[in-house]
Amino acid sequence: MLKPKIPGVLKGLGITAKTMVETMFPDGPLKPPGPAKGAVTVQYPHEKETPAPRARGVIALKEENCTSCMLCARECPDWCIYIEAHKTKAPPRRAGGKPRKVNSLDRFDIDFSLCMYCGICVEVCPFDALFWSPEYEFSEFRIADLLHDKTRLAEWMETVPEFEAYEAGSQAKVKKVPR
Amino acid sequence: MSLFAVHLSYWQSTILRVVFALVAVLLPAGTLVYAYLFKAVSFMQSRLGPMEAGPYGSMQLMAEVGKFLQKEDIVPSRADRVLFKAAPFVVLMSTFLLVLTLPFSVDDTFVNLNTGIYFAMAVSSVSVIGILMAGWASANKYSLLGGIRAAGQLIAYELPMILAVVGVVIQAGTLNMNGIVYAQWHTKIFGWGGIGNPYILTQFVAFFIFLVAVQAELTQTPFDMPIAESELVAGYLTEYSGLRFLLFFIGEFATMGVFSAIASILFLGGWTIPWGPAFDSNVYNVLGPIVLLVKMMIVAFLVVWARFSFPRFREDQLQRLAWKFLIPLALINITATAILKVVF
Repeated sequence: MLKPKIPGVLKGLGITAKTMVETMFPDGPLKPPGPAKGAVTVQYPHEKETPAPRARGVIALKEENCTSCMLCARECPDWCIYIEAHKTKAPPRRAGGKPRKVNSLDRFDIDFSLCMYCGICVEVCPFDALFWSPEYEFSEFRIADLLHDKTRLAEWMETVPEFEAYEAGSQAKVKKVPR
Repeated sequence: MSLFAVHLSYWQSTILRVVFALVAVLLPAGTLVYAYLFKAVSFMQSRLGPMEAGPYGSMQLMAEVGKFLQKEDIVPSRADRVLFKAAPFVVLMSTFLLVLTLPFSVDDTFVNLNTGIYFAMAVSSVSVIGILMAGWASANKYSLLGGIRAAGQLIAYELPMILAVVGVVIQAGTLNMNGIVYAQWHTKIFGWGGIGNPYILTQFVAFFIFLVAVQAELTQTPFDMPIAESELVAGYLTEYSGLRFLLFFIGEFATMGVFSAIASILFLGGWTIPWGPAFDSNVYNVLGPIVLLVKMMIVAFLVVWARFSFPRFREDQLQRLAWKFLIPLALINITATAILKVVF
């Protein structure tokens, strides 16, 4: 069957016209126009998009898991993680044991004006203290205010979603997000 | 100016003409930019366009103008200052001269020239000089390349445009633009007078050539080699900022409006309603500009539609289309029109 060939020039015009009508009249050409519904635009400050669950929004910290091993600070490509800690005694694991020596965090700051969201710190953390949170609204009026401390990073811990199940047949166990 | 049969002295009518000329340049340009460049194009790309300034972003244009007025008017240190500063005004002057030729209704004309369309085609070429001035005076290689490309393109596409107009002029038998409108109104096409004789029916080839040439004259996208942003930054506009960039911008879109108006006068019957009753000329003096504006918007939509559908031509493809396709086609159209004019 020989189909009549439409020139590409007219096809292009047709596509733009079709998209325009679909955007202007999402409910059909006889209904009143509703471009706000037809367009893919999300009018950000008025309405919000839900980010993907594993979106790399901001880095959250589980303070209890941090041993201040400094791996994240040293792996950070632009050195935007600042860690200070001191040694303290923790009660022994078993009754009658020696008290343990642990590191207690004094300071865990991430400078989000430097951070490039590469996620190396999250990857490298051996004690599951750093997580990606899909939270994205943390802009500040002053660039210095983008240095967020450990209390702010811990707040974001609540927004970290659970890890998704691996694909069927996987031997590895799904990690749990410490709460 | 005989609308209310009031006699105006020379200075009064001059002031009125200046005000009306400003309205005739800025109103279509503003409407075009908002309705098509902001909104229709956004819908074509499944976007919303400006929404914040005023209801549905209708005040966005004011915001844009305010932004451009605030910007610093930078002149490059090695630029030819006088030429650089004068160039946008030359381009805008061409637009204003074009507007002066338009008949908006029976008496609503700035000047009723007997050679109106000839004059319009002539002054539309003045903008080439402004663009070359801008390109040369900027002391910037991108500007110069853009200016040269613009000159080559605008000169190449003026020919098919003028040749397309010649077909209409032969059929109408007059160069007066109001005369061309009258020739399409209440006349018969092959003995049937239902809708007059809009020349788009008989001169559709000329209409097509005219629209393509207008697209090229306005350096709209399939023909935007002169300001090709991916290779020439912004062509002859590269060094312009603030008010002078705004003037180029107004010039571009006002010219789009004027050329669309000329196309609707030549091919769609201008300010007349084709099947409308023969109103009093005073009724048409008010109604005519509105009808013309509607027809202008329809033609301008074709320009904007093509602009946002097609990718850019290469320079040689662009010249080939003008010299090897449009000009021979226009010449054939003229010959055919002349023969048919004599036969019928």
